[in-house]
Amino acid sequence: MPSLGADMEHGKIVEWLVKPGDYVRRGDLVAVVDTDKTVMDVESFQEGVVAELLVDLGETVPIGTPLARITQTPAEVGAPRHEAPAPTLPKPAASGTATTGPATAAAAKEAPPIAPPVRHLAHRLGVDTARIHGTGKGGAITRADVEHAVAAIPSAGRVRSSPRARRLAAEFGVDLSAVSGTGPEGAVTVADVQHAAAALPPEAAVPVAGVPEEVTAPAVPATGRTAEARERVASLRRAIGTLMSRSKKTIPHYYLSTTLDLRAAVDWMQSVNAQRPVASRLVPSALLLKAAALAAKEVPEVNGFYDDDDGFRPSASVHLGVAVALRQGGLVAPAIHDADTLAVDVLMEQLRDLVSRARAGRLQRAEMADPTITVTNLGDLGVESVFGVIYPPQVAMVGFGRVMEQPWAQNGMLGVRPAVIATLSADHRVSDGLRGGRYLTRIDELLQKPDEL
Amino acid sequence: MNEQDARAAVQAAIGKVAPDVDLAEVDEDARLRQDLELDSLDFLRLVETIDTATGVDIPERDYPAVSTVKGLIGYLAAHG
Repeated sequence: MPSLGADMEHGKIVEWLVKPGDYVRRGDLVAVVDTDKTVMDVESFQEGVVAELLVDLGETVPIGTPLARITQTPAEVGAPRHEAPAPTLPKPAASGTATTGPATAAAAKEAPPIAPPVRHLAHRLGVDTARIHGTGKGGAITRADVEHAVAAIPSAGRVRSSPRARRLAAEFGVDLSAVSGTGPEGAVTVADVQHAAAALPPEAAVPVAGVPEEVTAPAVPATGRTAEARERVASLRRAIGTLMSRSKKTIPHYYLSTTLDLRAAVDWMQSVNAQRPVASRLVPSALLLKAAALAAKEVPEVNGFYDDDDGFRPSASVHLGVAVALRQGGLVAPAIHDADTLAVDVLMEQLRDLVSRARAGRLQRAEMADPTITVTNLGDLGVESVFGVIYPPQVAMVGFGRVMEQPWAQNGMLGVRPAVIATLSADHRVSDGLRGGRYLTRIDELLQKPDEL
Repeated sequence: MNEQDARAAVQAAIGKVAPDVDLAEVDEDARLRQDLELDSLDFLRLVETIDTATGVDIPERDYPAVSTVKGLIGYLAAHG
């Protein structure tokens, strides 16, 4: 059980994405873990064959507990629950189920090309890519090919499912009993639900002229869902309370604020957006985040970690934590990695992706574990300024309020400009007002040349 | 698009972007940001969802006109 954040002590396995006999590479997602704060995907740190799952579904274990045994050679695989042929053996001719595992890797050299996400999908769905006829460019196996192959796998009888899969099914209006599970012992996984949701006719997903009730009708009894949601919010509140108490007890905060002139940034954004379809439009937050990340690179005292033993360790990279309010209450602050190096468009795309996954409870381990500085943007909901509480072991929190039109005096003339109040909460053990002030000033300077962000 | 279709499209889109909102209890005077608590990313997704479903692309300069549920329905009815 990896640590998914400085404040995490234990985690609960809510879904296994692999089963004994599966072949995993470093970075492949293997399990879904519920911390007190959110539900996250956890990746494998090793390459090999899953020999044994050591933690049952629903079990809560402390961080550091081994979750699964991964062996380097298939010979070490002990009694897998399904057939996992050794790589040198020919495939069993009459094997009814598609097998994943070492055979896939061994055949990979001769096998048709396959992009990593598609390969991963195939692994997750238990499809042997060596048996798929690729219809893509150069015989490449496409996502659709994998999905076709999945449809051919016989379904696994009794319906089991993880809480997340059930929640998602309710959200998408998917009938669980109609979904064939591909998880352990035929359990319906999140991927199955997403797959089923994707197969729904668009009229059902967005009933323009149809019955809107379909969208909100829960597929599971509302009472169970409500109780689960309430429990989640309660444990999230406890986790936030513990972390914020620790922050306020140990970190000597100081606070600064300044008003940023956004005329150039907003003008530029509006002219760019006017040329774009909705899907690629920018929001002011994307520009503010980029400026905050660039400035953090230039003022290293606000970007890094502090602990009592080693003192301050500045970070060479800027992993920008973004505080995301969850609609049902509470918040999480996952990271946009290397935010200072991303073009604004890319950052915007990642922001949208991160926020939607955070709200769907679908974050990845690395995103939760390592922000080097965090930004909170409460402006959308109307406040003018926000003074955040620093997330330990980080040393600074940046706040942006509402973008609003303000009277603005310059060179003896009064005009109206869009402006936003930026704040900095920083750790006095690491920096003081002079450096903190430099950081906020730098954000303002960067925003005056939005096309260079 | 008539008003009934516009209303259905708006409700479907809100249901998708903010599944926790109880549409039966939403007053049509409700403001999307302050009352339904949609942030700028939610709002963008709402505009995108409506564009995909109805083909009505709401340009940024018209955002003030669609800041309430009623405003959005009216906009779709007029432009769809």
